[in-house]
Amino acid sequence: MNILVCIKQVPDMESRFKVAASGTWFEESDLAWRINEYDEFAVEQAVKLKEQLGDADLTVLSIGPARVKEALKKALAMGCERAVNIVDPAAAEKDSFQIASSIAAFAKDKSFDVIFTGMQSQDRGSGQVGVLVAELLGIPVLTTAVEFEYTDGSITVRRELEGGLRAAVKASTPALVTCQLGLNTPRYPTLPNIMKAKKKELLEIPIGELLKDEARLTTLALAYPEKKGSALVLEGEIGELVDKVIGILKEKTSVL
Amino acid sequence: MKALLVGEYREGKLLESTYELVGFAQKLGCEFELFLVGTEAALPQVNAKLYLADVATVGEYNPALHKQLILDAVDKANADTVVFLHSSSGWDLAPRVALALGAAQLSEVVEIKGDGYLLPACNAKLRRTVKAATGKSVITLQAGAFMPAEQSGAPQVEKLTTSTPAQSEFLGYEQAEAGQVDLGKAEIIVSAGRGVGKPENVAMIQALAEALGGEYGASRPVVDAGWAPHDRQVGTTGQVVSPKLYVACGISGAIQHLAGMKKSEFILAINTDKDAPIGEVADVLVVADIKQFAPALTAKLAG
Repeated sequence: MNILVCIKQVPDMESRFKVAASGTWFEESDLAWRINEYDEFAVEQAVKLKEQLGDADLTVLSIGPARVKEALKKALAMGCERAVNIVDPAAAEKDSFQIASSIAAFAKDKSFDVIFTGMQSQDRGSGQVGVLVAELLGIPVLTTAVEFEYTDGSITVRRELEGGLRAAVKASTPALVTCQLGLNTPRYPTLPNIMKAKKKELLEIPIGELLKDEARLTTLALAYPEKKGSALVLEGEIGELVDKVIGILKEKTSVL
Repeated sequence: MKALLVGEYREGKLLESTYELVGFAQKLGCEFELFLVGTEAALPQVNAKLYLADVATVGEYNPALHKQLILDAVDKANADTVVFLHSSSGWDLAPRVALALGAAQLSEVVEIKGDGYLLPACNAKLRRTVKAATGKSVITLQAGAFMPAEQSGAPQVEKLTTSTPAQSEFLGYEQAEAGQVDLGKAEIIVSAGRGVGKPENVAMIQALAEALGGEYGASRPVVDAGWAPHDRQVGTTGQVVSPKLYVACGISGAIQHLAGMKKSEFILAINTDKDAPIGEVADVLVVADIKQFAPALTAKLAG
């Protein structure tokens, strides 16, 4: 079986973001970068499927500048066989359609049986790329998976719906699955696997060889949310904060 | 501008979120018609044209069929904009429809801004203003971002059918295992977020909840990590709560969590980050480390 997992490298969400001079994206220097959280579940599921089948081949792909190689190396250390960096220093300026279209152009003649992606990225959160890749390739897509099973050419997933409800759905391969948090427990790469990963193939393809489409979405601005919150902000020494909070709860609520 | 609003239906019921789509169209001041895979027994109360596909024939989750039916409705309505809720149904269908229409998709719109829309970025720490560069657009709305329209009137129904082949098979619904606690009924909830640091510290949140006479809850990452059971989860995929007092401990305020608790009467947040999005909904934000603050507050309440 031929498996592909697509990952994105995103900043640590605990970072303090600054709007870049362009006014349409954040300043990328001084940020710590990691694999998009949803994509870690995708990588783990891809590795688990490879382990289940024994003779599967697993490729990990990421679009972005040179720094995304760090994310790819982690995926290799988690158990992927080879990595593909679609090199694009201006990836942040591409819309979801262009990203999906580039991935589909790469995948179209490679007969992947199962493709995994995260259900969304943590920075942009559009939730479009996985579905668009599948639609462009003309294969079924099962989104928001919190459970995954593969048996004899058939995939069954549990989709997470709202309010604690799940839906069981099934499709035949080739198919794409988008992964939700909690699907599995992503493994930590071991030191021997990190060393082995250094020898694995890392292919670079310039974005221009794959992307032929114009953007469908224009970003006009990026900004901090307007502060409409009227929260009273309390700072200071713990003992004083505790007294203040008890005073407020007594005054403003009926619970104390 | 003319919009086609894609209503939501699940297990015999029209979902209330359908009225948020109508509220959005009214706020935008555009003409609209509706689409629903559902039944005549559960029609939305709206004075508008409704394209109805029978759920018994096409299934509740059958994206290839739903996509084709929506495209037919877009054609009939001569709509240039298709609006979904950003939900498990909406984010599954919207990109399929957008691609087929050659349209831009704007995901999780929280506000209308000039001739564009505002979308959250980086866990709601930032906001993007975006605009479609295409004639047609597909929009998904953040749950709870737009006021639902009043429920009145009756739609003029036009039935739709399709013979498109299915790509996937719907096997049925499953309720996540029922828990011991119903947070929906609790008057005081103290919830643990990722900021509590490690599983042992959830006990400290539990102790504070007990000292206040309430129940403890948790955010999604805490439940996913196995530090708290699923029946304690507050948010769109857990429980939606509206207690008299909600204490958010080390919770930054991801959108899905906010949607589950923002209707609480009084919200006290404790976070080391003064700029955390939880500050947008909190009445009081205490800037402190929860690992120091929670035991101190618990001790004072007990003493």
